Amino acid sequence: MSILDLFKRRTSAPVARERLQVLLAYERRSRGQPDLVSILREEIMAVIAKHVQIDQDYLQVSMDRGETMSTLEIDIQIPNKSAVPLAMAG
Amino acid sequence: MGKVVVVTSGKGGVGKTTSTAALGAAVAKTGKKVALVDFDVGLRNLDLIMGAERRVVFDLVNVIQGQAKLSQALIRDKRVDTLFLLPASQTRDKDALTEDGVGEVIDKLRSVFDYVFCDSPAGIERGAQLAMRFADEAVIVTNPEVSSVRDSDRIIGLLDARTMRAEQGEQIAKHVLVTRYDAARAARGEMLSIDDVLEILSVPLLGIIPESQDVLRASNLGSPVTLSEPLNNAAKAYLEAARRLEGEDLPVVVPFERKGFLDRLLGRRAA
Repeated sequence: MSILDLFKRRTSAPVARERLQVLLAYERRSRGQPDLVSILREEIMAVIAKHVQIDQDYLQVSMDRGETMSTLEIDIQIPNKSAVPLAMAG
Repeated sequence: MGKVVVVTSGKGGVGKTTSTAALGAAVAKTGKKVALVDFDVGLRNLDLIMGAERRVVFDLVNVIQGQAKLSQALIRDKRVDTLFLLPASQTRDKDALTEDGVGEVIDKLRSVFDYVFCDSPAGIERGAQLAMRFADEAVIVTNPEVSSVRDSDRIIGLLDARTMRAEQGEQIAKHVLVTRYDAARAARGEMLSIDDVLEILSVPLLGIIPESQDVLRASNLGSPVTLSEPLNNAAKAYLEAARRLEGEDLPVVVPFERKGFLDRLLGRRAA
């Protein structure tokens, strides 16, 4: 690395181009299609509601898109049965 | 039958109204009859950019609701006598526009004028969709900047899906107009290049308008830059873009900035 490299500014336009290309490739594919996350959320909610009563707010569904792999995160909080009478007693 | 051109972008503040005024005036100067229609109901500004803000009596909503005739609402430009403005309403909201009403007005304008430019509001909601609904062609105004390019891509998707032409299985001719282009910054790799924008959007280029103080001055004075200062760079770029819009095969020259001494010394490369 020469001393001059220290003064070279890393250019940001190529980063902008790459980010846009990745994002738009995804957005174009999903255009006109219903939102996957909200469909999953509804269906998961329906399955759980068959067995346990939970509030809408206790179910969190989120998706993190990566370049090669995406992760789906589902966070369900089920209140303990014992907690209900306790809370009522308190 | 005249041609209906929507000037749109998705993102706000990229230069739709300025470009509508500049392109419309440029086409009208060649003797064509041109109508500029402001679709930004509630936030009209085309009248101000055209310097006609004190001459507005009736507007698009009045015409649609039958309170005024189209001929009463059209304002003739004082500089170019083939140039007319149909202002938006300032007091109503965009729900005052109906698709049938807009369609009727556009049909009437199309039968009288050679060109009808529809200045779209920002966003992708009802107002923007009505502005593009009856268009034959679209000018997509884009700044070389990530959020503007992303929104332009979204608008292109709507143009291909929600316009009358698209629904009838016809093509809507699309053109990208890059505004606020800073050649020096692009050369330093700090701004998306024209090639980047075109490659990402894959829509042909109508023109490149350089970032210019003259455009702001023209707005201050209430005159399209193509009329008030036709010799400056931004105006020249608009005049050429207007000729391309009329079908002339005119090559686009990307504004070039010579590298400064310091850039060469430090070996900064354009990306």
